[in-house]
Amino acid sequence: MIAFILRRFAQAVVVMLSVAFIAFMLFQYVGDPVTNLLGQDATPQQRAQLRADLGLDQPFPVQFAKFVGNALQGEFGLSLRQGRKVSSLIVERFPATMELALTAAILALVVGVPMGVYAALKRGNFWSQALMTFSLLGVSLPTFLIGILLILVFAVTFKVLPSFGRGEVIALGAWTTGWLTWDGWKHLLLPAITLSIYQLTLIMRLVRAEMLEVLRTDYIKFARARGLQDRSIYFGHALKNTLVPVITITGLQLGGLIAFAIITETVFQWPGMGLLFIQAVQFADIPVMAAYLCLIALIFVVINLIVDLLYFAVDPRLRMEKSGGAH
Amino acid sequence: MNKLKLSLLAALLALACAGAHSATLRLANQGDSTSMDPHSLNESLQLSFTGNVYEPLVGRDKRLGLVPMLAASWKQASPTVWRFELRKGVKFHDGQPFTADDVLFTFDRIRGDGSDMKSYATAIKEVRKVDSHTVDIETGAPFPILPDVITFVYMMNKAWCEENKAMQPVDRRKGVENAASFRANGTGPFKLKERQPGTRTVLVKNPAYWDKVEGNVDEVIFTPIGNDATRVAALLSGEIDVMEPVPLQDVARVSSNPNLKVMQGPELRTIFLGMDQKRDELQFSNVKGKNPFKDVRVRRAFYQAIDIETIKSRVMRGASAPTALMIAPGIRGFLPEMNKRLPFDQAAAKKLLAEAGYPEGFEVAMNCPNDRYVNDGEICQAVAANLARIGVKINLQAEGKATYFPKILRRDTSFYLLGWTPSTYDSHNVLNAIMGTPSDKGRGQFNLGSYSNARIDEITALVQSETDQVKRNALIAEAFKIHQDEVGHLPLHQQALAWAMKKTVDLVQLPDNNMPLKWVVMK
Repeated sequence: MIAFILRRFAQAVVVMLSVAFIAFMLFQYVGDPVTNLLGQDATPQQRAQLRADLGLDQPFPVQFAKFVGNALQGEFGLSLRQGRKVSSLIVERFPATMELALTAAILALVVGVPMGVYAALKRGNFWSQALMTFSLLGVSLPTFLIGILLILVFAVTFKVLPSFGRGEVIALGAWTTGWLTWDGWKHLLLPAITLSIYQLTLIMRLVRAEMLEVLRTDYIKFARARGLQDRSIYFGHALKNTLVPVITITGLQLGGLIAFAIITETVFQWPGMGLLFIQAVQFADIPVMAAYLCLIALIFVVINLIVDLLYFAVDPRLRMEKSGGAH
Repeated sequence: MNKLKLSLLAALLALACAGAHSATLRLANQGDSTSMDPHSLNESLQLSFTGNVYEPLVGRDKRLGLVPMLAASWKQASPTVWRFELRKGVKFHDGQPFTADDVLFTFDRIRGDGSDMKSYATAIKEVRKVDSHTVDIETGAPFPILPDVITFVYMMNKAWCEENKAMQPVDRRKGVENAASFRANGTGPFKLKERQPGTRTVLVKNPAYWDKVEGNVDEVIFTPIGNDATRVAALLSGEIDVMEPVPLQDVARVSSNPNLKVMQGPELRTIFLGMDQKRDELQFSNVKGKNPFKDVRVRRAFYQAIDIETIKSRVMRGASAPTALMIAPGIRGFLPEMNKRLPFDQAAAKKLLAEAGYPEGFEVAMNCPNDRYVNDGEICQAVAANLARIGVKINLQAEGKATYFPKILRRDTSFYLLGWTPSTYDSHNVLNAIMGTPSDKGRGQFNLGSYSNARIDEITALVQSETDQVKRNALIAEAFKIHQDEVGHLPLHQQALAWAMKKTVDLVQLPDNNMPLKWVVMK
């Protein structure tokens, strides 16, 4: 068990290093922050001097080695655009993204699972057909379009929900939350729906398919033969067995929600990490981009590690193996 | 109809009454001021926003004329010395008085490490304190336009900067944060109350301001909203009062809303095309062994092939002013009688190309930004289509500004698009930066195609120190005439500013895209 975890940690380090390495290779092509840092009247000498001082004139392996060295000491430097510590920028923006992603994930589960169950049980009736059509739209419509449509309907036409920002937030230490204010919830609703639609429809289709599968199995037939009530068969026996893959998928998708919140955050001007990243790309703000990519990689790695450990706990066959990979 | 008008009026009155006691202005822009430090970046949004908190010695009025701000008066004591009498009784937001020491400190700060305002002080040799409220600025050579040049040099408080370790603008190289990036202590009509970079910045009225304020805004909430559609939606839904810029395709929609209005006005920035006239063979063309742009007939053919009126009506939706000069009206030295473009005439252009030895045209690559100026990418597409009509095939490379500017500043381009606002609002800046032969002294820094004329260089040097306005204007006119005759660049247009706001908001739109909040009146 310990050996397994250690091995996974070693792999995690390799993953993070590779992400950082590839990121740094890409930075050669995002452009040069120096022209953004100095106004139009700066002289070529001033530009060259700044480029040299920032170490941007060095070959990328050198820049990369420097970055890794500093990152190991927990030092990500200053944002070139804002002149503030990258670490404090990320700490500031992290709660907004986490709240958005968690709300979206919960919304997707709470709405997606019942819809999936309904679509499986009432297969073929009008409403379940309608749900399936909706889910097809949800899977295929791009996020930014959904966001803009929601803004058009709820903010511009009916003026019931705000179109941008996070609203009123309450600070609990370093963590700011919009969950505790009415205004915060109003601001959270549209972005959370936008972000959750894809996950929601995915979960719904998954639950429906799994449910149909389970309903065909022998133990359901036996349960029926014993004269159990439909209600207890569907929710007590069938649904329970469909939820294992659903939970796995949701767990893995949480990382995706955090990473792909970028588009939703851009549309709603949500002050999270995704927006920070987009602004950094436009400015070629390399320290912020590097720190963000590493953090996202870390989140993915941690979630995967937890999922692997859960498998380890759940599946006795893995524990029997003394050696070999855990895949 | 009358009923409708009456009810509208009643609604407006109700709105006016509701807003009368505490006026909060909610303002959105596509970007954020990168810092609250007025010396860290020479960029219009940052200078416009921090200009509400900090103030210069000499400011500008609603028509961009010079007005006394922290200097009550100024005069040229000798050809190389300007004397500024400072305003008495002015206090910074923390209560400290404004004195000559703050002026000396500010000029040291803008000339020091980390400052991006160095270019405003290049002519200055020394800043001397005469007494507590008198300062002499000595220049290396006679410098008649010094007051014009320092209108964006905002005064900071020496004691406050020392206390907050903000003696220099933040130095990103040393990895040390700087309090002046997110706090402020100016003399201006507004005080900084809250700063969340990229999210929200709040200003409140300074009750102890030295001057009478025309506007009635007590609080300003500034929010950057990067996405065009969201910014428009926020205005339509009434969550914000003022926003800029309005995407051109949304101007009609916003104006049709009965509660909103759009203000469009000419900007000082001139958009133009430049051509590599230095290399003996173009880097990115199929013409080998010679450079077609060295031939004035080719440059003139390009000029006459561009259908600027169609670009105005289709690409810019009317929001541009075609120009023949490299400066906008409002820049000192502008000559309306010289602002006549060569006629759009593709037959003549074809003939010129044939005379120059390219009857079949040629191929050349064009570099273009697509996120810097209004519809910049589309302008280039239109130009490429125009040039195709005279047989010139353009390989268009449009890209983001973060990759575009480094490339063209290396002069890795044959044909490019650029926009320029002279930061001094004076022609000398254009002569020096755009038309002058590139030198290692900084001349011709943005003359990226290296157009060169000895007489223009000579005039540039004369204009810098000529104190007689009539002689000076004649020199400028001569240089512009040469540049027009030689078609040194291809001027296109001045783009229009587009701001949108509620009808209950009155504000002043300056052609340099500054929005002084002290002139905002909310009904």
